[in-house]
Amino acid sequence: MTAMTLAKAINSSLRTAMESDPKVLVMGEDVGKLGGVFRVTDGLQKDFGEERVIDTPLAESGIVGSAIGLALRGYRPVVEIQFDGFVFPAYDQIVTQLAKMHARALGKVKMPVVIRIPYGGGIGAVEHHSESPEALFAHVAGLKVISPATPSDAYWMLQQAIECDDPVIFFEPKRRYWDKGEVDTAAVPAPLHRALVAREGTDLTLAAYGPMVKVCLEAAKAAEEEGRNLEVVDLRSISPVDFDTLQASVEKTRRLVVVHEAPVFFGSGAEIASRITERCFYHLEAPVLRVGGFHSPYPPARVEEEYLPGLDRVLDAVDRALAF
Amino acid sequence: MSVKSTAARSSRGGAKRRGAAGQVPELVQLLTPEGERVEHSEYSIDLSPEELRGLYRDMVLTRRFDAEAITLQRQGELGLWASLLGQEAAQIGSGRATRPDDYVFPTYREHGVAWTRGVDPLNLLGMFRGVNNGGWDPNTNNFQLYTIVIGSQTLHATGYAMGVAKDGADSAVIAYFGDGASSQGDVAEAFTFSAVYNAPVVFFCQNNQWAISEPTEKQTRVPLYQRAAGFGFPGVRVDGNDVLAVLAVTRAALERARSGGGPTLVEAFTYRMGAHTTSDDASRYRLDTERQEWEAKDPIARLKAYLDNEKAADDAFYAEVEAESDALAKRVREGVRAMPDPDPMTIFDNVYADGHALVDEERAQFAAYRASFADTQEGAVR
Repeated sequence: MTAMTLAKAINSSLRTAMESDPKVLVMGEDVGKLGGVFRVTDGLQKDFGEERVIDTPLAESGIVGSAIGLALRGYRPVVEIQFDGFVFPAYDQIVTQLAKMHARALGKVKMPVVIRIPYGGGIGAVEHHSESPEALFAHVAGLKVISPATPSDAYWMLQQAIECDDPVIFFEPKRRYWDKGEVDTAAVPAPLHRALVAREGTDLTLAAYGPMVKVCLEAAKAAEEEGRNLEVVDLRSISPVDFDTLQASVEKTRRLVVVHEAPVFFGSGAEIASRITERCFYHLEAPVLRVGGFHSPYPPARVEEEYLPGLDRVLDAVDRALAF
Repeated sequence: MSVKSTAARSSRGGAKRRGAAGQVPELVQLLTPEGERVEHSEYSIDLSPEELRGLYRDMVLTRRFDAEAITLQRQGELGLWASLLGQEAAQIGSGRATRPDDYVFPTYREHGVAWTRGVDPLNLLGMFRGVNNGGWDPNTNNFQLYTIVIGSQTLHATGYAMGVAKDGADSAVIAYFGDGASSQGDVAEAFTFSAVYNAPVVFFCQNNQWAISEPTEKQTRVPLYQRAAGFGFPGVRVDGNDVLAVLAVTRAALERARSGGGPTLVEAFTYRMGAHTTSDDASRYRLDTERQEWEAKDPIARLKAYLDNEKAADDAFYAEVEAESDALAKRVREGVRAMPDPDPMTIFDNVYADGHALVDEERAQFAAYRASFADTQEGAVR
């Protein structure tokens, strides 16, 4: 067990993957000498060379498009998109080409490409640096979409994503990059798409992934002081969602609030609410509620704390769900 | 690198041209439209009569296959077809320049290139019939699936070529695209990436003058091959209806890629004799007189004139090719008609390589739904 930040856990994970498989490549803007704008790839180019840790031209479609060609050649590219809001020039290559290639080739071609995207707000950034576009990818068949909440999951889920023969969009909660946690690099990790109960409770289930898991755990702690015992499920995977684990939790607590930074409208919470309602209709004591961003562009940093789900907005939803 | 001299060559070509795109500046040609063999200062070729007959055979069979596909579309056997009529020399010449270990990234019109790679023509028809969305293993013939969203494959080719270079292999990669796709950002990014990494890739642009209804003037102010200079690699315009020149120019570009020289842009100046696809009506936007002008430059007629002048082919040979193309057409016709619709349950196949819970769930639900019809008169077989 070693305590390390989430950013360092990703760095260690990349290093382990590159050491164990010479076909693993890291590519993206500034990932080499600089180590990435968040230093997540710090030191990798020094140790693995420019042929494996590739500073690319500033063209996201080019990064993903060339990664597709490298995958066809037998490589396993781990691509970094510098910020969430910069992924859209690559959206066509991801949706139209990467996601469909395996099916188009009737299974004869595999596309083991991991696309790492630092995402979400809360760091006081300028526009296009704080977005949460995960639902736009979860909607696309052929892609897998995951987001770790802890350094341990960041380490292991990235290992598993790189080993996976499908394209994986790996959303990194950038505001948690500097949070520390224990990482056991000798552990046996949970299956990649398994949801985990991060905190057991009886009165209501909070479901979240990535940066919102911590907010939900804090909300559960605050609710405990008011005598409410909340369960927190860390979904970890957005495509697929582990509905079995979530269903078991909701059948126990009978109430569900889904929390994410992304806008609520057509967000992942909408799909979760719909399916859990279908699965748990006779268990539910209240409609599934959602807490998330508004149907607005991501706001200027000085008001982002109002836009982002925080402790109070989560507890407000908890109150409303319990009032039914 | 010879980039410098090529840039100079490009500017010399520029001085000669009359200005607007589409007017012919410098065109590598080894066989005139009349079938007369001419020399070029930089590109030469010396083929045996057998090799020349092979190119003729390839072009005739490809054209026959294409014509058969159009007919099958008219008969309702295919949903759509994109004809290569007029572009046989560009495709056969460039395809025959590749080695088996080279890798080809086509658009959706490269039926002639597929032929040279040994891809069964019937494989090409699955997508157009609507029984699959690609349908072959790209690694069997090193011929990637057809790409419909134009230009995307130039980046895949570039990435593949980067991988070839990393492997230390001496293979080359060729990416096909058209005058329309030359406007796509992905093509510009592919030029940038391949230049920066000196990737062994040849960008083969078939400028067939029309992107559905838009003439090349709607895509560019400069001749397309000149774009390469700005990216730092050579560009060359070749007579796309001259199979010998296309073969010579593509061979040189592939050889340059293999030997560490990096990318080359080849612009094959040709003409789309047919409509964009069987759904298109070219009479709405272009004059038939233009088509007639290009008819006089036909790639097959020109090679036949040369073969005849050289006495490199006799009537027996032509009869043999004719019989072979009849047999091919028959095989394609029968093969397409026998091509079954896929089982609806295959909708769920190969969505993921490592599985996905939602796909499993939906597959099971759909199977149960279909099974619920089992005791009705129609049965579940449909």
